[in-house]
Amino acid sequence: MLKLSPDEWIAVELSLRVALVATAWALPFGLAIGWLLARTNFWGKSVLDGLVHLPLVLPPVVTGYLLLISFGRRGPVGAFLYDHFGIVFSFRWTGAALSCGVMGFPLMIRPIRLALEAIDRRLEDAAGTLGANHVLVFLTVTLPLALPGVIAGVVLCFARALGEFGATITFVSNIPGETQTISAAIYTLTQVPGGDAAAMRLVLLSVVLSFAALFASEWLGRRAIVRFHGE
Amino acid sequence: MTVLAVDVEKDLGAVRLAVRFQAAGGATALFGPSGAGKTSAVNMIAGLLKPDRGAITLDDTVLFDAAKKIDVPPHLRRIGYVFQEGRLFPHMSVRQNLDYGRRMSGQPRDTKEFDRIVALLDIGHLLERRPRMLSGGERQRVAVGRALLMQPRLLLLDEPLASLDVAHKREILPYLVRLRDEAGIPIVYVSHTAAELRRIATTVVRLDAGRVVGAGGLELLDGVDVDGLA
Repeated sequence: MLKLSPDEWIAVELSLRVALVATAWALPFGLAIGWLLARTNFWGKSVLDGLVHLPLVLPPVVTGYLLLISFGRRGPVGAFLYDHFGIVFSFRWTGAALSCGVMGFPLMIRPIRLALEAIDRRLEDAAGTLGANHVLVFLTVTLPLALPGVIAGVVLCFARALGEFGATITFVSNIPGETQTISAAIYTLTQVPGGDAAAMRLVLLSVVLSFAALFASEWLGRRAIVRFHGE
Repeated sequence: MTVLAVDVEKDLGAVRLAVRFQAAGGATALFGPSGAGKTSAVNMIAGLLKPDRGAITLDDTVLFDAAKKIDVPPHLRRIGYVFQEGRLFPHMSVRQNLDYGRRMSGQPRDTKEFDRIVALLDIGHLLERRPRMLSGGERQRVAVGRALLMQPRLLLLDEPLASLDVAHKREILPYLVRLRDEAGIPIVYVSHTAAELRRIATTVVRLDAGRVVGAGGLELLDGVDVDGLA
């Protein structure tokens, strides 16, 4: 009863791949925009802040539809990326990763921004007088001190990406083996007669994966605090 | 011989700073009451605060010149700075803190110099500790060592003893005197405590309300002592 079928394994593997790729791509943007929001003042900052947090408050189906009309093959961004780089998002797992990344992004930004705001800027000044340029100050002082927040942001984004449903199914549909993640597979199974057992297996697996992500974040966060702030 | 020449103006809101002084080798005291602009003055020398007008030169190098639009960033000034609160990096061991300046400027490891400074400040037994496991006096000695090991052309000490109790002040003062006599690096020493400066300073620049009100020898410290330290 608890043994997954090959199709179900494919959905699990796909979900993990989509969530990992989404988080990996979101991280550099998360650091850059988190830094901009925490450290700089510029015209349009509140607009950027709002834009980043929009996926948190919009219905996911709206986010998915907006992605579809902009990143679809005929959408302005999607057409550009296809014409110049041969990148396709629509109805591909890469599109699922994009929508998951966008949905997870606000959850990643917030702890990173808070961690950057909490850092004692005077330590960065001290690093500067010791000969470190801006990049080195960021890498050797800012980033290590913000690491617990960065880890929290990564885990939250990953967890959100793993469970994303509405935006993904709207943007890239529900194609087994390509865009059918665990969530989409569960949804499909609950719509067909006799799918209950399989749905339950995937539900249990979801619970396990979510717990594992939570524990991993707790453990990593604690390790980072011990490593960077002493016992 | 003039090593450091400062002639700067800056509007700090509460006070208008207009500071002009020269420093030779030895230890130059910036002396004055709180709010006189002492810390702002050294921050400008370090490059952490930008003057509105004026110029700062160190040896033959122009560090700042408003008219010529020269403003060397802090990381290229090679000026060691010991802050009032030490500002050791909490996520690094004492050894990593001490090594930081050398690593950032890409200099090769110099074990002899490292050992010499560590011995001078008597911090050899602290190397593997984290800053939070140090006492206030130990922390300041490490901060002095960290600034020295970047091989600075000038050392700025901003009230390095202010956060310490009297016992720790007594503990660290002899190290600073040794530093002045042995390290051969010109020092600018900020303090509002005359007794402390009598031990350290070779020349005195007195500041009040953002202006230099006297420059000369230790006699400038007389009659303004606040707390009994000596």
